[in-house]
Amino acid sequence: MTLWLTVIIASVLSFVVKYTGYLIPQSMLEKPTFTRVTNLLTVAMLAALVAVQALGSGQAISVDARIPAVILAAILFSFRVPFIVVVAVAGIVAVVLRNLGWMA
Amino acid sequence: MALSAADKRALRTGISVGIAVAAYGVSFGALSVAAGLDVWQTCFLSLVLFSGGSQFAVIGIIASGGASAGIPAIASSTFLALRNGIYSMRVAPIVGEGPWWRRLVAAQLTIDESTAVAIAQDEKSAQKVGFWTTGIAIYIGWNLATFAGALLGNLVGDVNQFGLDAVAAAAFVGLLWPRLKQLQAAAVAMVAAVLATLLIPFTPPGVPVLAAAVVALVFGLTNWLHREPVAQADGLLEVQPDDADEPLDTPGFHPGHNHEEGATS
Repeated sequence: MTLWLTVIIASVLSFVVKYTGYLIPQSMLEKPTFTRVTNLLTVAMLAALVAVQALGSGQAISVDARIPAVILAAILFSFRVPFIVVVAVAGIVAVVLRNLGWMA
Repeated sequence: MALSAADKRALRTGISVGIAVAAYGVSFGALSVAAGLDVWQTCFLSLVLFSGGSQFAVIGIIASGGASAGIPAIASSTFLALRNGIYSMRVAPIVGEGPWWRRLVAAQLTIDESTAVAIAQDEKSAQKVGFWTTGIAIYIGWNLATFAGALLGNLVGDVNQFGLDAVAAAAFVGLLWPRLKQLQAAAVAMVAAVLATLLIPFTPPGVPVLAAAVVALVFGLTNWLHREPVAQADGLLEVQPDDADEPLDTPGFHPGHNHEEGATS
């Protein structure tokens, strides 16, 4: 699958999901299982993405400067530091650690 | 058009949330180019997909698996986007009837923030103003920022040398963090992260993320580890409570506050 095809299909599906919400009856909102599964899906996917992004290196697991950066990010987010500041700090921490040669 | 005081408050909130959120667009643009997408593909995602979590998911999975990870990238993006369908159901009465194209535009603008600002307003007209202002402000800002970030990313060479891999991981932490206030959500996050990590060496890139959907299904269908919420949740993303038993019209969004601060009242 080409990158363009991936980009286009993912984008179209995103719109289809949004638009479908305007077409289906409101009573679906009263089905707790439906809304619960949807919300937990968001949580599960994001958590898996954190794990893969922090530990994955292709098909290998590698512990490197990303780990301290992610831990620091979580701490900063819990103190409600703005998103853009936190991600910048995470990047800087990773760069500094790598340049110090402490972590690959 | 005459705006009431409530409308003006909604307008101000919408614009300030729009500006704050748009800033993330820079990090998305830069990371997308670093993941291997070109500037136009990057801009296409922000223009058409237009849902932050899903966009980061697509580029995160492409970064690890390249073009051949297309299917898991699409599936993960769509699973993450399903919540927008719920938001659509909630804001449909706010958007109301109108010419056919109005719902198409409204659908495209239906995301976490526009929904949050809309349902945080008490009056119907202010809800409408809040939805449209936030949606339009973020749409314009997010796309401009994406373009700027993509151009910036093009100047950057080695991704890891600049810590962009850590930036991507931190971005997902930021999207996840506000959703972890309930035990059930925290448990799902923990199990999903462990499962994904264990699968990394044994499955093609993208599959570990996709497999985490099973964790949500198991917990969601059985309602395992569910607790009655003890307090009113705060923070932007609680507008869609983790638990649907909680009344859906108790927004956690506090107008007038920067949404990053989402102060507990």
